[in-house]
Amino acid sequence: MREKILKAIEKNSRIDLKELAVMLGEEEINVVNEIAAMEAEGVICGYHTLIDWEKTSIEKVSALIEVRVTPQRGQGFDTIAERIYKYPEVNSVYLISGGFDLLVTLEGKSLKEVANFVTDKLSTLDTVLSTATHFILKKYKDHGTVIAKKYVDERLKMTP
Amino acid sequence: MRNPLSDKITTIKPSGIRRFFDIVSEMEDAISLGVGEPDFDTPWHIRDEGIYSLEKGKTFYTSNAGIKELRQEICNYYSRKQGVTYNPLTEALVTVGGSEGIDLALRCMLNPGEEVIIPTPCYVSYEPCTVMADGVPVILPLKNENQFRLTPEELESAITEKTKVLILAFPNNPTGAIMEKEDLEAIAPIIEKHDIFVISDEIYSELSYKSKHVSICSIPGMRERTVIINGFSKAYAMTGWRLGYALGPEIIIKQMIKLHQFAIMCAPTTSQYAAVEALKNGDDDVAEMTEAYNQRRRFLMNEFKEMNLPCFEPFGAFYVFPCIKEFGMTSEEFALKFLEEEKVAVVPGTAFGDCGEGFLRISYAYSIEDLKVAIGRLKKFVERLRAEK
Repeated sequence: MREKILKAIEKNSRIDLKELAVMLGEEEINVVNEIAAMEAEGVICGYHTLIDWEKTSIEKVSALIEVRVTPQRGQGFDTIAERIYKYPEVNSVYLISGGFDLLVTLEGKSLKEVANFVTDKLSTLDTVLSTATHFILKKYKDHGTVIAKKYVDERLKMTP
Repeated sequence: MRNPLSDKITTIKPSGIRRFFDIVSEMEDAISLGVGEPDFDTPWHIRDEGIYSLEKGKTFYTSNAGIKELRQEICNYYSRKQGVTYNPLTEALVTVGGSEGIDLALRCMLNPGEEVIIPTPCYVSYEPCTVMADGVPVILPLKNENQFRLTPEELESAITEKTKVLILAFPNNPTGAIMEKEDLEAIAPIIEKHDIFVISDEIYSELSYKSKHVSICSIPGMRERTVIINGFSKAYAMTGWRLGYALGPEIIIKQMIKLHQFAIMCAPTTSQYAAVEALKNGDDDVAEMTEAYNQRRRFLMNEFKEMNLPCFEPFGAFYVFPCIKEFGMTSEEFALKFLEEEKVAVVPGTAFGDCGEGFLRISYAYSIEDLKVAIGRLKKFVERLRAEK
């Protein structure tokens, strides 16, 4: 049941739980309890909204930053990652395999704000060896949802 | 000028769905629950294989029966799902949709005057194809109280000396009914006793929600008298690719291949390559889509319960078949009024045979959001009708 609940609320966290229970063929109370348990266990970490900021009048700039760092003895990458993720403008920090170590995603009001963060705060950290900043020009798909195109039902309206 | 038409073709009525289709098409803002195909796109990896085959220049005819690799995969699939083995070289044929398979099988199996038992309500093509093959359709109305399953008594009552073929179409369009193993075991001895054959249209086999689909070919004694019709349209959301297949004993398939060779040549090449990918790597997609349909099915059943609209619980396909007899209207009257007043299109049960009178086919090949809006309107409509009474 957990997997089915998670799949459903990952797509729509605002789903009515009574309705979800009907759809899964479960008792509502069981679904409610299971979700509460998963919240307590930290399986469910939060509920977010997917926003296409392009369609609002609010200016936003998003960037992906590749960061190469020197891991510290006894602590690996955790300490440096923590130093980075504590900045509120940082959206996510991932330790990754490949040509660099940390992938940082970031949102700012303007190009300048993001640039300032990289030059003033990120690059100046002792363990940071280098950074490469990629600005996001257009989001096509995010969180499994296609943003760039609207779904159109092209089927014939009635078929046997 | 002489009449250019054959007497036979002019006796065949146009599909009952046609008139409704014309009305719905005119209404731009109408929501339709009348569609008989999946709302999902063909999974991308399957489409990608189709595209890739075109890039590689696979643009020629294939062998008449279909590419060997696909026939092999089809046979593997039936062996995996039903535990029944077919020889891909002699007992499998790739067709242009399941529809072609139905037509071929009837034309290869019937002599003039031989009877075909067609349990109804059912898909619209069995009766006209039987007539075009010089057979005589024997309409066998199934009952709501049996959850639209075929019972041994019903079957026995429809058999005459002229009976040659029984059409079995489960999971069923339009009722959503299924035949479970016990149901099939109950009719098998009758089929054997009267020495008749079965055309088993299993196009909705993957969309079974109670237990895994059981094919009649897996019931002892039935394999040698059964032609299986199946395809990719419903399970893999591939309706537009027009690809199906037939499996059966060599004696029948051989003749079907011959007819297919003259009438069609071969099924679309691009679709065949895409279908290989579907059978090899499509199980997860099927599972995911089936789960989505099942959730919608439960949602609809609950809504009907809440609005007190009688509907047996269907365990297959993507249709529900609620009963609207309490309103004292024909299915068509109800569907028309519902369309005019609430702008929601459903298909009158009578489009699938006279015994569909008093029922509606509602498709749940729609997103849950769309279903919610449409069912909200049905609720309003039903309440209004009840208040008027």
